[in-house]
Amino acid sequence: MIDVRVAAIHELTPVIREYRLQAIDGALPGFSAGSHVQVHLPDGRRNAYSLLGDPADNSEYRIAVRHQDNSRGGSRYLHQVLCSGDRLRISAPANLFPLYSKARQHLLVAAGIGITPFMAHSRELLRRGEDFELHYAYRSGSSDAYLGELRQSLGPRLHEYPAGIRRLDARALLKDRPLGAHVYSCGPQSLLLAIAEQAAAQGWSPRRVHSEAFAAAEPGLPFSVELQRSGRQLQVGAEQSLLEALEAAGVEIPNLCRGGVCGQCQTPYLKGDVEHRDHFLAANERATSLMPCVSRGCGSPILLDI
Amino acid sequence: MTLTFKPLETYRDDFSFANSAEAIARFPFPFPEDQYMYSVNLEPATSRDPGSVFEHLFDVDEHYVSEMAERARVLELDPQRCLVMPHMAQAAWDSLALLMQSLATDYPQYFRLARDGDAWHWQNLALGIDQRFTFGDPATLPCEPLEYITRQMQGDFALLDQRDNDLFMDAGMVTCPADWSLRFDAGMSFQQWHAPVPMAHRAGVFERALKYLLNIQVGQPVRRLNWTLTINPRLDTSPETYHQWGSDRGKVTADNAGALVHLRVELQLMVRLPRSNALMFSIRTYLISLDELVTNPAWAQRLYRVMRDLPEPIADYKGISRYRQPLLDWLRPFDPQA
Ligand code: FES
Repeated sequence: MIDVRVAAIHELTPVIREYRLQAIDGALPGFSAGSHVQVHLPDGRRNAYSLLGDPADNSEYRIAVRHQDNSRGGSRYLHQVLCSGDRLRISAPANLFPLYSKARQHLLVAAGIGITPFMAHSRELLRRGEDFELHYAYRSGSSDAYLGELRQSLGPRLHEYPAGIRRLDARALLKDRPLGAHVYSCGPQSLLLAIAEQAAAQGWSPRRVHSEAFAAAEPGLPFSVELQRSGRQLQVGAEQSLLEALEAAGVEIPNLCRGGVCGQCQTPYLKGDVEHRDHFLAANERATSLMPCVSRGCGSPILLDI
Repeated sequence: MTLTFKPLETYRDDFSFANSAEAIARFPFPFPEDQYMYSVNLEPATSRDPGSVFEHLFDVDEHYVSEMAERARVLELDPQRCLVMPHMAQAAWDSLALLMQSLATDYPQYFRLARDGDAWHWQNLALGIDQRFTFGDPATLPCEPLEYITRQMQGDFALLDQRDNDLFMDAGMVTCPADWSLRFDAGMSFQQWHAPVPMAHRAGVFERALKYLLNIQVGQPVRRLNWTLTINPRLDTSPETYHQWGSDRGKVTADNAGALVHLRVELQLMVRLPRSNALMFSIRTYLISLDELVTNPAWAQRLYRVMRDLPEPIADYKGISRYRQPLLDWLRPFDPQA
């Protein structure tokens, strides 16, 4: 856990703000491109944000937050309550979206706020002098944060897809690439799916396809769980994830992404109806395991084997 | 604890290496029970027991100067003991930063680091080194950065690249291995380089260990102890030099085992490197002769029982089978119940 101070807040577009975080004492740990940190909010929630600054510079961490209308409060708090000079707690950086060290060519594909990990990636790749392209789909005037900065630093390596003007065509993007090319996508599920489907259709090995889902837990209906070993009963609110409810009750579950992809929070359960919302568990694992960071109850109460 | 270095001792030829009473007292005896079974036994590498080998992330002891002279000697004979694949350059710098910072913080009487942006000034008073260089620019160091810093650091180092949900041994400095070779294992995945370990595959030990290692986070290093036996205090027991030491195993008798046979303990440390996301695997080796070891009666008794009950495949794998009988004959008197 690291205590930081908000050194500056910049409004990049009407819906996206950048926060610069500095250590309160000592130095911030170094990080690799693609890393994220969890920001601990005062209500006990934790949201994961990519570090978008230059990995060579650890004098401060930079994160960007998009205001989400349907947000469960995380982005609302950061946008409306948090001020420059305030303190925050964050977790140490972890990397679930690293560059593939042996790739010959890197194709970075972002939509909207999904640009954030690629800010660090592209700086790193520029420094290493590697072959890469950044494909960026955005909506002018709202989700086009960093466009100016990227045009300047990347020149012809930047390929733009402004909404309503040019469509990002996954098929064309992946066509005729060298065998050592790797593709990385970050943005909404629809983008990740389109890239993954095209890659498969064109015979790319899944090892060459990397993605980071840009999604926090979605709200749902309230439900209840019971903990087998302690016999405790917990209520999970509509706006809360099961993981958050467990943490609020003092039950710590290992976690990194809080978005159903890293596999850290896998928890066994004995009975109950589960709506699985993760991208980690195989179909046969779902009968006995669930991912509390995103998945929810949807019927008879869940009995967790913890 | 004040750290002083012993006069130069050797790990070959006349084998003048020996432990002081203090070094024996802090020896990491690896057997918590009378029985030994292969296990992963990983624990968080947090500082504990001041004065012990667990106090600092990277332990420096009385043999430092001698061990560095031995490393230089091995590299002179075989420069390929250090290898850094091109995509591991950043991990090499990461290692240099971590090692310099740790040494300067933990042993300020011998190591000093001053940094001004990328302009670094490194002083190693133990070896008489004073180096100014530009961090990230290999041309400003006398040699490649991983080689530079590990020539000043006890123990072997492997740097593992993480990709495809696996770890690949793509860089390292290996001059004191317990019968393995960086040249042979370079580029191999975790599963491949562990393939020779007996009896562990069935237990699913490696699958669990790999999953654990892949998830080691920045600032949360882990460690474990491993052990074997070595004839003479020879640090470089690598396959490349097998012709020099392999036949020593036939020389052990019930009379000379105390002087010849050494318990060799590896303190293995795994650290996530922040900038490169590579995993550093360091193997710090401690040697103790049985004559030295039995000055602690509890250790002597336990070592006898462990050796007596060691399953044959493990004894074979560790190269002990050939001299287990004379070894047991020598150790037996130290177990009052034997
Ligand atoms: S925390 Fe990553 S899957 Fe739940």
